[in-house]
Amino acid sequence: MGQVIVITSGKGGVGKTTTTANIGTGLALLKHRKVVMIDADIGLRNLDVVMGLENRIVYDLVDVVQGVCRLKQALIRDKRFENLYLLPAAQTKDKTAVSPEQMKDLCDQLREEFDYVLVDCPAGIEQGFKNAIAGADKAIIVSTPEVSAVRDADRVIGLLEAAGFEEPKLIINRIRPDMVKRGDMMDIDDIIDILAVDLLGVIPEDERIVISTNRGEPAVADENSKAGQAYRNVTRRIEGEDVPIMSLDVEPTLMERLRMLFGLKPRK
Amino acid sequence: MDFLKLFGREDVSSKDIAKERLRLILVHDRANVSPQFLEMIKSQIINIISDYVDIEEEGLEVKLTRMKKDEEITVPALVANIPIKRIKHVARA
Repeated sequence: MGQVIVITSGKGGVGKTTTTANIGTGLALLKHRKVVMIDADIGLRNLDVVMGLENRIVYDLVDVVQGVCRLKQALIRDKRFENLYLLPAAQTKDKTAVSPEQMKDLCDQLREEFDYVLVDCPAGIEQGFKNAIAGADKAIIVSTPEVSAVRDADRVIGLLEAAGFEEPKLIINRIRPDMVKRGDMMDIDDIIDILAVDLLGVIPEDERIVISTNRGEPAVADENSKAGQAYRNVTRRIEGEDVPIMSLDVEPTLMERLRMLFGLKPRK
Repeated sequence: MDFLKLFGREDVSSKDIAKERLRLILVHDRANVSPQFLEMIKSQIINIISDYVDIEEEGLEVKLTRMKKDEEITVPALVANIPIKRIKHVARA
């Protein structure tokens, strides 16, 4: 029996879909797990695009729920990664097309056959959120180091706890070590301190994420991507491995190197 | 020393400002108190205190904030700032 993990955040644009795509691909690629990713963002589907599978969609989640097709028919097998599947969202319907009970049934059906069922949750805390968490046993919260994102993450953590989720795990996305060093971005400890949850991973801001999304190839498979490395670490932590948080030290700037050369202390 | 204060904002890193603002926002979010709720508290405080002192109602401020309990722990605190015009001595019996 597989586990169902929902990836959520409250705020939009913090990287839920990218995180889902990378964790899903990571688990299939590195750990040879059988994984299905569900795009629960009905009406605004995107996981298919991030995964580069948009041309392969025939049926979607709503078709399955409404009995238009069988579940197997709607699952898209990713030919690049063995054991990786996508259940796309419907693009032309709205969130009320599915109920929490139906989502729960769907997740329970999928966990029979897959090691991991990852649910990419839509932004917000309304119906779409309720649907996405309905069938999940674990939750991953994605936040960026910004006031608005952390605030929404806190709200979502509250809602998840109220819904009976134990210990949601946090991924801090798009952190910029240079800004943290300058004191212009909240660091890992600041955010953990405020949200009081366990840390699952820290993903540095990385241009290669944009490039990999352009191509529809998850960064986790990109050996040269720092964010990809961070997602590989997250994948291993989900599998129970004890992987230390990647050091986010930045190269000293020219000015700092000069100061060091003259034996001056680096400016804090 | 005052001229340092002029540039004081630069001394506090923006992440510390973010952190402090966030903490205060979350005190409100987590307590889930509406402005109406605070207004209710405010009017009741006025009712009770008015028996004993004349207060400046416009200046009365009730807010939810954070307070250091000791070195480590900070707790949410309801702070009422009540400007007093005059103590009513009749009430002393």
